[in-house]
Amino acid sequence: MRRLLRLSVVRRSFVSADVSLRDRFERGLAAPICLTWELTYACNLACTHCLSSSGRRDPLELSTAEAKALIDEIATMKIFYINIGGGEPMIRRDFFELIEYAVSRNIGVKFSTNGTRIDPAAATRLASIDYLDIQISIDGVDATTSDRIRGVGSYDAARRAMDNLRAADFGQFKISVVMTRDSVEQLDEFEKLAQLYGAELRLTRLRPSGRGADVWQELHPTLAQNRRLYRWLLDRPNVLTGDSFFHLSALGEPLDGLNLCGAGRVVCLIDPVGQVYACPFVIHDEFNAGNIRDAGFNAVWSESELFRSLREPGSPGACTSCGSFDACRGGCMAAKFFTGLEMTDPDPECVFGHGEEALKKKVTIARPNSSPDHSRRIPVTLSSK
Amino acid sequence: MVVATTNSLELSTRWQLNDHVSLRDEAFGALAYHHDTRRLVFLKSVALVDVVRRLGEFATVNDALCALVPTSEHGRYAAALAALRRSEIIREC
Repeated sequence: MRRLLRLSVVRRSFVSADVSLRDRFERGLAAPICLTWELTYACNLACTHCLSSSGRRDPLELSTAEAKALIDEIATMKIFYINIGGGEPMIRRDFFELIEYAVSRNIGVKFSTNGTRIDPAAATRLASIDYLDIQISIDGVDATTSDRIRGVGSYDAARRAMDNLRAADFGQFKISVVMTRDSVEQLDEFEKLAQLYGAELRLTRLRPSGRGADVWQELHPTLAQNRRLYRWLLDRPNVLTGDSFFHLSALGEPLDGLNLCGAGRVVCLIDPVGQVYACPFVIHDEFNAGNIRDAGFNAVWSESELFRSLREPGSPGACTSCGSFDACRGGCMAAKFFTGLEMTDPDPECVFGHGEEALKKKVTIARPNSSPDHSRRIPVTLSSK
Repeated sequence: MVVATTNSLELSTRWQLNDHVSLRDEAFGALAYHHDTRRLVFLKSVALVDVVRRLGEFATVNDALCALVPTSEHGRYAAALAALRRSEIIREC
């Protein structure tokens, strides 16, 4: 079994009278539950919706020794598993050294990859590591749909990686898909593809972060599509979402998951140069809590002023009068920020359309850019083998 | 499928925290992570965490409850411990 996390709450009459677990989470934990660590900004693809505007390696990326020291600190803080991403993490020369070191410290590793580096030899090595989980990204169930976002040849490369993992007897991996206006029309086909490989399907929300800001307007699912997606997910609790779609829980029964914005409270991101951001979707100065190179990760997590303020009870703002605030909590901070909304505005994809109204009412919209941009300056082509 | 039971027979055996489980203290109680089943469980009470940590010191679950928990609360704690045993956070010695 490869899945690193299954959540359950032992409440059996342990629901305390005054505060629910979610309220506790909103006040922050001693260490994150969900820590994403992007190993490198280097990437051999140039997806149009890249959250981290990746492409070129940053010369200041953590060294192998620094990365191992961080893994030691993660172990000390009892962070039981980490999500590794990038860029394309497998591009780092010490990729295997680092994930094997983490696993040796009893830290579960899940990493996201475009699959281009999973040849038969890499698949065999990956299969030999227990306590490892892999997410392969595609953005359509066919090359035409997926390559439009991820680049020519990327879909075939991802399928080859899946074939290689299957041949190496890796076990269950995950197929990860960002929900766009096009991919959301292929839900049943994605389910079939996952079944074909005995894989788990993971769907996440398209966010206007990084280069995603450039395509969000034309690619984010319509209101009607989001309603269909909600119903589809409700019927399939086994489809993973990383708690991505809690803004849709306002439609009724809550979706599986914690249904809250965990930024700086239970979630955070460490970028390739050691900067700590509130979540993987807000790589921007405004959400930078500090750098692990100064006094270590624990110091940033527990002492940063930004994180402390995120753990204070927030105002529901414009959502105060909406009966569904308790279900969606006003939605995603990153989605608001990068579409030019205020934190007290509704989510831009509010299922009742309040976000769209809020956007229309703004006289001028100042959409912030993603601060660090490592996009390549020339177009990327992926040579097929 | 495991059926929930907290009968007197179970309470008269010795349980302890599973070796494959790590506990992380939190203000509300603790997170318990099972490294084999990869299940993350939230223990929503500091008092429950204390009982879970110290279960192995006692010859039976009943002894642990008598020593650590007010009598009126035994039923609640026994039910919580049974749930934790089903998720293999604690196990019989």
